[in-house]
Amino acid sequence: MSMPLYDGGVASGLFAGLLFGYVLEGAGFGSPRKLTAQFRLSDWSVFKVMFTAVIVAAIGLWLAEVSGLIRARAVYVPTLYFWAVAAGGALIGAGFALGGYCPGTSVVGLGSGRGDAFVFIVGMIVGTAIFAAFFTPLEAFYMAGQGPEGQTVSALLGVPDWVVLVALVAMAAGGWRLGSGFERRLGGPVTVEEVLEERQ
Amino acid sequence: MDRPPRPFWHPLTAGLLLGLALLATFLITGHGLGASGFFTRLTTAVANWLAPSWTAANAYLGPSVQGGVNPLPAWITWEAVGVAIGALAGSLSSGRFRAMVEGGPATPVGARLVWAFAGGILVGFGGRLARGCTSGLGLSGGATLAIAGFVFLIFFFAAGFAVSYAARRAWR
Repeated sequence: MSMPLYDGGVASGLFAGLLFGYVLEGAGFGSPRKLTAQFRLSDWSVFKVMFTAVIVAAIGLWLAEVSGLIRARAVYVPTLYFWAVAAGGALIGAGFALGGYCPGTSVVGLGSGRGDAFVFIVGMIVGTAIFAAFFTPLEAFYMAGQGPEGQTVSALLGVPDWVVLVALVAMAAGGWRLGSGFERRLGGPVTVEEVLEERQ
Repeated sequence: MDRPPRPFWHPLTAGLLLGLALLATFLITGHGLGASGFFTRLTTAVANWLAPSWTAANAYLGPSVQGGVNPLPAWITWEAVGVAIGALAGSLSSGRFRAMVEGGPATPVGARLVWAFAGGILVGFGGRLARGCTSGLGLSGGATLAIAGFVFLIFFFAAGFAVSYAARRAWR
């Protein structure tokens, strides 16, 4: 059996989604107050969970590659379009800070019973339609600053992947310590009791 | 509510499990987890239902409905359905499910919903511009060490901190 299986079927999608949704809910990422507390610096769960997951999956993919389980460049790597990725990333950060979710966590919010997640999703549909309506005038910006196809940080810097992995672990550890310090000073991470308390 | 809700998981536990779920997804499908791609398909389906001729003529949405194709059946749709079911199972089994509008304790429900709608518009637009979101670019792109993933994350966090500070009233 050769990996990846490149299985794009219904069962594969449901399985991946079930794991994704269950874990995000457990992390507390169906709660917009917990999610946005990251940007108020009082709860660093978004940074901690995300960086840990990136590192675990990145090390796993690296091990799968060096052990020969998967061949080199067997998985999809997104390509940089600098201006569109930078502007789009900033808009998602801004919309997350105001609206309380990103696309994935809005589905988790909906599955946790949050009516505001439903309204956020309606807003996303409107935002997507606005983008489509203005796609032709936006197209030059959308394509600007295109990098080499599927370029990785290690390829750009000309270093082996493990060097980037070590640097990521060091950055995550530093960010984790910094975040925990902020959490202690600012009242600690958002708890389930705070999230579920009745409104005034 | 007889039993108190169970606490959220430790971020290290959640991060390790999310990383393993992401790795499994890569090994099964050859790509990572996503989310905004589903909302693009959903928008295409809704637009095609409300305004079929506009949708067919639109430069961005048109190609995915050419020849009367239904844009919804796709891996990313099954994944999004799975996310909703997984979150529902997790919140119900832990006592964390609550039908409510969640926002700042001193923020009126109406104001919270206006913020949610406005934020959703920015995120929907931004996700199409960036060609992905926190899941597809930040998490999955980051795991492949893609430059696109890290550029996304830098601008995502920078704008998030700035806007959160400017609009701190919204979550009081």
